Amino acid sequence: MTAGRGESGGMFSPSAAEAIRIEDLRKSFGTNQVLKGISLSVAAHEVVCLIGASGSGKSTLLRCINLLEPIDSGRISLLGQQITGAGVDQNLVRRHIGIVFQSYNLFPHMNVLRNVTLAPTKAMSIPRAEAETQARALLDRFGLLEKQSEFPDRLSGGQQQRVAIVRALAMRPQIMLLDEVTSALDPELVAEVLDVIRELAAGGMTMLLATHEMGFARDIANRVCFLEEGQIIEDAPPAVLFTDPKDERTRRFLRRIIDAGRL
Amino acid sequence: MDDYQPGPAAGSFAGRGPRLLSGGGRRAGVISTVSTLVVLAALVAVFLLAPGSAVVRHTFFDPRDMWQSFIGNPKKGYYSVGEAIWLNIRMFLAAEVLILVLALVVALVRQSTGPVLFPLRILSTIYVDFFRGVPLLLVVYAIGFGVPALRLGFVSGQSAAIYGVAALVLSYSAYVSEVYRAGLNSVHQSQVAAARSLGLSQATALRYVILPQAVRNIIPPLLNDFISLQKDTALVGVLGAIEANQAAQIYGSTVFNFSSFTVAAILFLVLTIPLARFTDRLIERDRRRRLAGGIR
Repeated sequence: MTAGRGESGGMFSPSAAEAIRIEDLRKSFGTNQVLKGISLSVAAHEVVCLIGASGSGKSTLLRCINLLEPIDSGRISLLGQQITGAGVDQNLVRRHIGIVFQSYNLFPHMNVLRNVTLAPTKAMSIPRAEAETQARALLDRFGLLEKQSEFPDRLSGGQQQRVAIVRALAMRPQIMLLDEVTSALDPELVAEVLDVIRELAAGGMTMLLATHEMGFARDIANRVCFLEEGQIIEDAPPAVLFTDPKDERTRRFLRRIIDAGRL
Repeated sequence: MDDYQPGPAAGSFAGRGPRLLSGGGRRAGVISTVSTLVVLAALVAVFLLAPGSAVVRHTFFDPRDMWQSFIGNPKKGYYSVGEAIWLNIRMFLAAEVLILVLALVVALVRQSTGPVLFPLRILSTIYVDFFRGVPLLLVVYAIGFGVPALRLGFVSGQSAAIYGVAALVLSYSAYVSEVYRAGLNSVHQSQVAAARSLGLSQATALRYVILPQAVRNIIPPLLNDFISLQKDTALVGVLGAIEANQAAQIYGSTVFNFSSFTVAAILFLVLTIPLARFTDRLIERDRRRRLAGGIR
């Protein structure tokens, strides 16, 4: 299943070759400018990894794309439609953009199935029975079906994060944004989540992910962007960026990563 | 009523729950029984040996007067305290429902962020400050005597009990709205982000994600306020409504014996103690749930 393709229709035509286009995006928190003119484009079915030190702006960028943070200036387009500026139905836009957070953020008072079906039933008015059938199919695909009646705090971190991914997929998004989804996990739980992401990539899901897993980024990404201080310093295929970075700042960052034994 | 401890910490010391008889088996049971009896006996002894004991017993604990005031006798000019307590219960139930609704509205307005709601935000802040600062008794007087004096037709033609409930609702909603606000604040912002990121509107996120978690966190302090509310229905008696306290007062000034107040006190205890124990149980369950990593 190429999740999110074909059925969503509406204002966002899934045939556009460019899934996300960001032009000169700027964002400040108070006097602290976090994003200093980001321009980036992600093609349909492309997997783009954002790497960079903590505080380089990766998370803020992803939150801006999902419209969770208002931007100061610049433009963001989803499938050729501008989604920033006045007159945009944010709730509609967000349905087409899935985001998964570092801290899972499952709803603790609902079981797994309800976590997954809440948005389809309440934001898209899909009948409950139908939403549950679709949710079970998704849970089954990621080996979570027997957990459908569990509450989040009975699940391991890895399971919770997989449920969070399924919850986002249930809205059939056009693109998935993954914000350091393995950073809060115990090392032995990282693999199961990365496997899910690999499977999504294999299924053709368009993805933009911030990650500290350099090895994973090298394996899965079509392109890797290195961010520093709110700017994209270098944007290249992983084979180039990890072996022959052009910019001194990228080289410095990668040296630190290698010294830390993380590549 | 404003000195409750919010959340799971209330009533627990060093990880031990607020249980009356805590652990230790048979021997501890015997010891606690004996010590309870000794303390009780000492209290009774002091009471019986006090110089004015006989007078107090006659004035406040006369069994015949207690029974007379409990069943009442209209021919002799006094009401049944046992019947009057039903008015307290009815006022309590009506006020409770209205408070839960009004307080939630006030809390949501105070928590709102939109510039459009700014005047309402100011208004609700003033409302909470005012009614938390003014003694409930004064509010009861103001509503109960002030509103009828306005001679506004329907509004001014209600019974004392209705004005009493209105005063209780106005005063308690100010407190309870702060409890709600604490509950809303106890739900992490990331839950809002998660809900909104899925395309849920603000109202839907509030209804299905934020409020259920908030309310779960504030059930113990809410119940605590409602225990207070049960007692404070007695204040409505000052408006002339024949509730338990007022009926006891009338008996006392008719027969010149205050055993009727003891009856009223016992009846209030019968109402409040079950709710207090229920609150304790909820707090304890909540504490265990948190310690056990959240089994629901």
